[in-house]
Amino acid sequence: MATEHADNAQHAQHALTPSAYIEHHLSFNAHPLNEGAGFWTLHVDTFVMSVALGLIVMGLIWLVARKATAGVPTKGQAFVELVFGFIDDQVKNIFHGNRHSFIAPTALTVFLWVFAMNSMDFLPVDWVAGIVSFFGGEHAKWRAVPTSDINTTFALALTVWILMIFFAIKVKGFGGWIHELFCAPFGTKIWVWPANFMFNLIEYVSKPLSHSLRLFGNMYAGEVIFLLLGMWAATGLTGTIAGAILGAGWSIFHILIVALQAFIFMMLTVVYLAMAHEGH
Amino acid sequence: MNINFTLIAQAIAFAVLIWFTVKFVWPPLLKAIETRQKEIADGLAAAQEGRSALEVAAKKSEVTLAEAKQKASEIIAQAEKRGSQIVEEAKGNAKVEGDRILAGAKAEIDQEVNRAKEGLRAQVSALAIAGAEKILRKEIDANAHSEMLSKLAAEL
Repeated sequence: MATEHADNAQHAQHALTPSAYIEHHLSFNAHPLNEGAGFWTLHVDTFVMSVALGLIVMGLIWLVARKATAGVPTKGQAFVELVFGFIDDQVKNIFHGNRHSFIAPTALTVFLWVFAMNSMDFLPVDWVAGIVSFFGGEHAKWRAVPTSDINTTFALALTVWILMIFFAIKVKGFGGWIHELFCAPFGTKIWVWPANFMFNLIEYVSKPLSHSLRLFGNMYAGEVIFLLLGMWAATGLTGTIAGAILGAGWSIFHILIVALQAFIFMMLTVVYLAMAHEGH
Repeated sequence: MNINFTLIAQAIAFAVLIWFTVKFVWPPLLKAIETRQKEIADGLAAAQEGRSALEVAAKKSEVTLAEAKQKASEIIAQAEKRGSQIVEEAKGNAKVEGDRILAGAKAEIDQEVNRAKEGLRAQVSALAIAGAEKILRKEIDANAHSEMLSKLAAEL
């Protein structure tokens, strides 16, 4: 891994400046959908990677779940049940309702999908760049980690946000939801309505922002550190050794971050959806 | 770091994945796990039941055994009692029978003795009369004194 880093980085340094190297690695394979582009742009790399990972992860689980027996489980089923039990336990502690109809499966999806997407950070950045430039030419861009794209994390957070409002209205009724916007948490007196509403507004805005930016920030920072180590490896023998050692260390530490961030994202999803079910 | 259509595409992908999991992944896993949990719970309950049934049966067999032992000793005691009773009865019967036979024999002996005495008395009186006759041939009237002699003989 280290030599690859070095080779590719040296190659990059011959051709490009360090800032160009980083810029190359941090730009998306953006595909404009119509003339003006702007909003109507699709990050092909983010989309393809995330959908492929989603299909692989949930597909594998589905293959096991399809043949799940109540008898002695196979090793695959035992592993899937381990994950199932872990998620189910977490949801059970937070949400006290019929969790099996929606919230627990959603938590499973979020955890596994985000975990898989985060795990793409373990792929050596320059290997990805090497493979892509082999197929798409030297200037082809490809970012392998979908969760280091703000669009992905914000899409997940916004979907959860919409579900949150949906469940709030479903459980309390539209009137009940509006009532709660103005009458919680400070009370029902008319002179605290503005304060209540401001409070709820801030809460509704801050939830998706903190939810998405936490994951994005962690994954983006992780990627940048790998890039910096890759650049250090390009500076010579000392840099190569130091970069390799630190890169290995950061990879190991990153295993924790990848799992932890997926777990936190899943827990926040469950907490937000559970809060939507509870009246103040 | 710009928001664009990717956001919408990702949201749709996320929604589809959630739908897929809710519909196809979670239910079979839940069913398998819940069925197994129920089976294990049932098995444990059955084992518990079997254990308590075994305990009850052991207790019952102990009681039955004790009862049987008691009954057996009762029967033995009864048999012993009855045996000694029979022996006692036999002894009593034998004694009574013996006494009866003894009494009969004694009575017969007495009778024989009396009869012999009668005979002897008669003979003694006859002898006495004959002797007296011989001595007092002339003086004694046999007819006049026979009544007195037979009285005398009866007194002997």
